[in-house]
Amino acid sequence: MSLESSHPVKLNDLYRDVIMDHYRRPRNKGTLPEPSVSVDLHNPVCGDEITLQLVVEGDRIRQARFSGRGCSISQASASMMTQQLEGKTLAEAEDMIARFKQLMHGDEQAGETLGDLMALHGVSKFPVRVKCALLSWEALERSLEQLR
Amino acid sequence: MIDPRVIRQDFPVLDQRVNGRPLVYLDSAATAQKPRPVIEAVRRYYEEYNANVHRAIHALGERATAEYEEARRKVARFINSPSERSIVFTKNATESINLVAYSWARARLKPGDEILVSPIEHHSNLVPWQLAARATGARLRFFDVTPEGELRLDDLGQLIHERTRIVAVTHVSNVLGTIVPVARIAEAAHRAGAVVVVDGAQSVPHLPVDVQALGCDFFAFSGHKMGAPTGIGVLYGREELLEAMEPFLGGGDMISSVRLEGSRWAELPYKFEAGTPPIAQAIGLGAAVDYLSATGMDAVYAHEQRITSYARERLEQVPGVVIYGPRERGGLITFNVDEIHPHDLATVLDQHGVAVRAGHHCAQPVMEWLGVPATARASFWLYTTEEDVDRLVEALWAAKEFFGHVA
Repeated sequence: MSLESSHPVKLNDLYRDVIMDHYRRPRNKGTLPEPSVSVDLHNPVCGDEITLQLVVEGDRIRQARFSGRGCSISQASASMMTQQLEGKTLAEAEDMIARFKQLMHGDEQAGETLGDLMALHGVSKFPVRVKCALLSWEALERSLEQLR
Repeated sequence: MIDPRVIRQDFPVLDQRVNGRPLVYLDSAATAQKPRPVIEAVRRYYEEYNANVHRAIHALGERATAEYEEARRKVARFINSPSERSIVFTKNATESINLVAYSWARARLKPGDEILVSPIEHHSNLVPWQLAARATGARLRFFDVTPEGELRLDDLGQLIHERTRIVAVTHVSNVLGTIVPVARIAEAAHRAGAVVVVDGAQSVPHLPVDVQALGCDFFAFSGHKMGAPTGIGVLYGREELLEAMEPFLGGGDMISSVRLEGSRWAELPYKFEAGTPPIAQAIGLGAAVDYLSATGMDAVYAHEQRITSYARERLEQVPGVVIYGPRERGGLITFNVDEIHPHDLATVLDQHGVAVRAGHHCAQPVMEWLGVPATARASFWLYTTEEDVDRLVEALWAAKEFFGHVA
């Protein structure tokens, strides 16, 4: 029996294989010994927590790690985000945040440069889950503010 | 005995499809659905006699006042309050508890006094006491909890002593379902001269409540969890305590005379009802009380116990399901499945038309105690059928299969 026939179609839009892969085997999960910045965020609505740490040299992000606990969407989002952050300039990171937010509002075009993160576009059809996907991005936003 | 299939005909919202499947609503502990008589009572108020209460000298105002006060009498009878002067209308249980924390506690607590709180409270019966403690220098102390999630009462004499001024407990836990033996706690508290504040938000809709038999001093609950609209809550308080308290909010309707330099307060319970109250909501609450009284709270309780046992039995057969809380419990089951995060679970269940709560249930200390960030919760009411439970179980299997496959 195929998944498509046994489960509502929307579910497969939300839980793309790449998302579940990042959830099961998160990349960059852990902590850094000497981060340039470290931000803890807590989603009071659901109890999800994230700590995001960055090592920044000049205006370039060299390393990104996250830790915490949360649902598949929040964990996969953090995993993919940290993967793409490494090597980016702070300005590029700001651009990523803006694009990802647009993607969460249903603008697929904005997400085209975001690589794997595009897999999260289905979340925009589940408004209550958008905040799960955004948790790590809010942590990134605060990190960039602190670095300024 | 309740036949939920007959009861369901009174709840229009239940008759719909969600994501292509008939709705299974298992989130009544968050807010309950409304029976037609409540919707009708609210509609009648707006269509036939909308007017302000306690001040209009005209026919509509008189009728609105009469219905508003009749609702108060109904509530008083429903929880066996000795008088309707003890029934204060608020906006919800949270406001009721805050009223006590401000008007009773803050005026009386001194540094070194103790507030004894149970660690299985909803934030609404914990945070107001944290605030009161911070403002007065009083100390918060906590009951012990057994591994099953019941309050440990064997050392009550040690826990409650002459420094204890307030004992704040829930009647039924919104997460674990624990039914707290309030009467026993109240006895010990009164021996020590403390007052007992009970959060009844999860008990009044589900079991017969007699505030005199419980022996509590204050008892708070919300209308919307018992079929009434949102925006109406109740504080029951012993008359002599309410009498001795200063008002919580100042404004219109709560005064007997106002001079620029100062004012005299209205009599009970109006002293605590400043401003135009939620009139339609109170009248809706009266209709909800009528509905529940006609059904019989013993029957509601028996039905929920039957459904809860059935649900436990069915859920225990699903591998990977962990159920939290004691065996003897109110009409809800909090659980987790495998490694599926409750948010992911709730999304899949919703796609199958099944509504459950997922998250920390406004009880983060309970989550910490359970050692989980969040849980799912299925909660039941008089309209819940065994078929609803079967649909939940079916959707759980689908979720397990889905998350087993998509890796």
